[in-house]
Amino acid sequence: MKFSIYRYNPEKDNKPYMRDYELELLPTDRMLLDAILRIKTMDDSLGLRKSCREGVCGSDGMNINGKNGLACVTPLKDLKEPVVLRPLPGFPVIRDLIVDMGQFFKQYHSVKPYLINDNPPPQKERLQSPEDREELDGLYECVLCGCCSASCPSFWWNPDKFVGPAALLQAYRFIADTRDEATSERLDNLEDPYRLFRCHTIMNCADACPKGLNPTEAIGRIKKQMVKRMV
Amino acid sequence: MALPRQIFDTVIVGGGGSGLRAALQLAEAGNHVAVFSKVFPTRSHTVAAQGGIGASLGNMQEDHWLWHMYDTIKGSDYLGDQDAIEFMCRKAAEVVYELEHFGMPFDRNPDGTIYQRPFGGHSQNFGQRPVQRACAAADRTGHAMLHTLYQRNVRAHCQFFVEWMVLDLIRDYEGVVVGIVALEMETGQPMIFQAKSTILATGGAGRIYQSSTNAFINTGDGLGIAARAGIPLEDMEFWQFHPTGVAGAGVLITEAVRGEGGILLNSKGERFMERYAPTMKDLASRDVVSRAMDKEIKEGRGAGPEKDYVLLKLDHLGTEVINKRLPGILEIALKFANVDPTRDPIPVVPTCHYQMGGIPTNYYGQVVAPRGSSGSNEVVPGLYAIGECACVSVHGANRLGTNSLLDLLVFGKSAGDHVREWLKGNPQHRDLPQDAADRSLERLARLDNAESGENISEVAAAMRRTVQHHAGVFRTGKLLAEGVTKIQQVAERARNTAIKDKSRVFNTARIEALELENLVIVAEATLVAAEARTESRGAQAREDFKDRDDKNWLKHSLWYLEGSRLDYKPVNLQPLTVESFEPKVRVY
Repeated sequence: MKFSIYRYNPEKDNKPYMRDYELELLPTDRMLLDAILRIKTMDDSLGLRKSCREGVCGSDGMNINGKNGLACVTPLKDLKEPVVLRPLPGFPVIRDLIVDMGQFFKQYHSVKPYLINDNPPPQKERLQSPEDREELDGLYECVLCGCCSASCPSFWWNPDKFVGPAALLQAYRFIADTRDEATSERLDNLEDPYRLFRCHTIMNCADACPKGLNPTEAIGRIKKQMVKRMV
Repeated sequence: MALPRQIFDTVIVGGGGSGLRAALQLAEAGNHVAVFSKVFPTRSHTVAAQGGIGASLGNMQEDHWLWHMYDTIKGSDYLGDQDAIEFMCRKAAEVVYELEHFGMPFDRNPDGTIYQRPFGGHSQNFGQRPVQRACAAADRTGHAMLHTLYQRNVRAHCQFFVEWMVLDLIRDYEGVVVGIVALEMETGQPMIFQAKSTILATGGAGRIYQSSTNAFINTGDGLGIAARAGIPLEDMEFWQFHPTGVAGAGVLITEAVRGEGGILLNSKGERFMERYAPTMKDLASRDVVSRAMDKEIKEGRGAGPEKDYVLLKLDHLGTEVINKRLPGILEIALKFANVDPTRDPIPVVPTCHYQMGGIPTNYYGQVVAPRGSSGSNEVVPGLYAIGECACVSVHGANRLGTNSLLDLLVFGKSAGDHVREWLKGNPQHRDLPQDAADRSLERLARLDNAESGENISEVAAAMRRTVQHHAGVFRTGKLLAEGVTKIQQVAERARNTAIKDKSRVFNTARIEALELENLVIVAEATLVAAEARTESRGAQAREDFKDRDDKNWLKHSLWYLEGSRLDYKPVNLQPLTVESFEPKVRVY
């Protein structure tokens, strides 16, 4: 199988280049990550992040044949050759497929991604109905891989001002939680021409999400809540 | 070479469940604490835990911490220390409620309480019938827990050093731990972090096996760090094989599948666990189920063209239950087994999953080691270890499902509390020794200077093959003795590795070389301790010594890196407040 991989080592290279690799696939090479790691045994200088290899840690987000995804849950059999691998678009590259996610996490932190409820907790659990708990499905499962934000033109242009789909999904995760008491503070925090309203519903995020989540829908719900509190 | 230096009250090595729980306890109390992680904290391996957190909340049926304690001791095959087990089971409800208050998205019952499911080895009334004790967030409990803990740490303004690899401990001339040497991966810069207390929370080393549910980062760094600093490793022969790893891929299929009613079948379609464990059946403890599966396969009743796996059937649970309670499993089965579990069974095999052994500690998380030949446990001042890298020992020779996440919460919190006390009694930083960073710098220099040598991935593959073949589900003295010789050869090769890439910036080849040094230490400890233990107990099943031997082996092994030497210490059979559970024959 033929691969073309983005390479850049700031210590050696003036500018990035694409390097070609060819790999004889083994029956055990099922996912893209399996193949990349075998390439790495031939060329130990190839840089990438990886950990769980089952799509739950979010380490190995990259641009695969033009689409963002996690290498560990991308089956090789679905890929056209040569498989073109690039770092997540719109993020500064540290080296090869490793990007600087600093801005991405800064935006995540900016939405106060934690439960706010200053009432003294009961002795046991806070009660929540199964229906109210279901509101969190499709939100809490985010793995923070960055595939969505790295596919969003609004995030590419304004990563410092637009919160981006991943962090907005998490903002809504807490707005939707019946145990959280900071909805109005959270909406204030987002009521801004850039932070929330740079989303133009292009829907690249939902298309890119390897977990099948839909940040656009969550963003729509935040907007709805804002309208609701104005009337 | 003088290295840059930073100073903290406490440094925590590892940003998984236990590290984050300890960090929270300290950061919320206003201590100056730093967490070091090789990966962004939510990428730590806690994220992959699926089934639940064990706690006798009694939301589903009557339950009691004493029953949980009994199950844990029985599960441990009586090798667990009963003081630590009582401590953990009594604290379980409290730490689960706290986690809920932090925002954990637990599944709920119609009355709004936390949903609990049955799990292997958990029973009502001392083994009478299965009980629903596993507090669950679908089959993504670890993910939900790790993110919740990280989020709560963000709120507490905890300081993180993300993508830093810790290389070694710094001990002063009196043996007190006074900090760490760590390497920033993005720049390749090593640095000294001086601290009054250091907590190791680096997780397990399941990557010593070829077939493993563990993440790539699970390389036993804390164990290598401790062993190089002269601290023994406890009970390293005990590795849990999870009954249900996806055949071929190794990816975990949670025990919650069987908790929700899934069953194991052999090639004849027989529910074979009924023969091996008449009461608990598919929910017997993991060592029992894994051995039964291995036996079925060895005796020719495996499924598939090679007859080399068994089948996990869950289609009878119905699509609704699978979508609601096991959505992650649905995803994994489709992606990694190419099977739609709402229609067809999943091919599974026992797969290395969890390290019961680790750095010896007491239930405050303090590292303890025998001093001299007296055999008495003495605290290593300034050093703590928690979570999978530690051996408290609550899991003994076999861990019960759901007790790992519980372990992280209970002992993370307990270590955090104890460190706060330690800091009150030790308000000053001690001086760093002259040679503080020498060991780490020598390790780095060797890799920088080696022009030629052994290839990292080849040595790593040789290590994994050796451990897999020689320290599997069933072991014999001959197999283990050969394994010891082979692993010592591998260790020698690991001392002579070379990397081609010498650059500074995010050099993953260098990181993998450093990880290999830790893995090989764990692998050697495993084989040496397993060969010496001439009995079968929990996860150590010897075909040449089929029975448990309480007379000679009701004791913990301690392996020292220096001279690959073994020592032993007694099991603590004395709980804190209740009567001791005397060793009995283990039947499920």
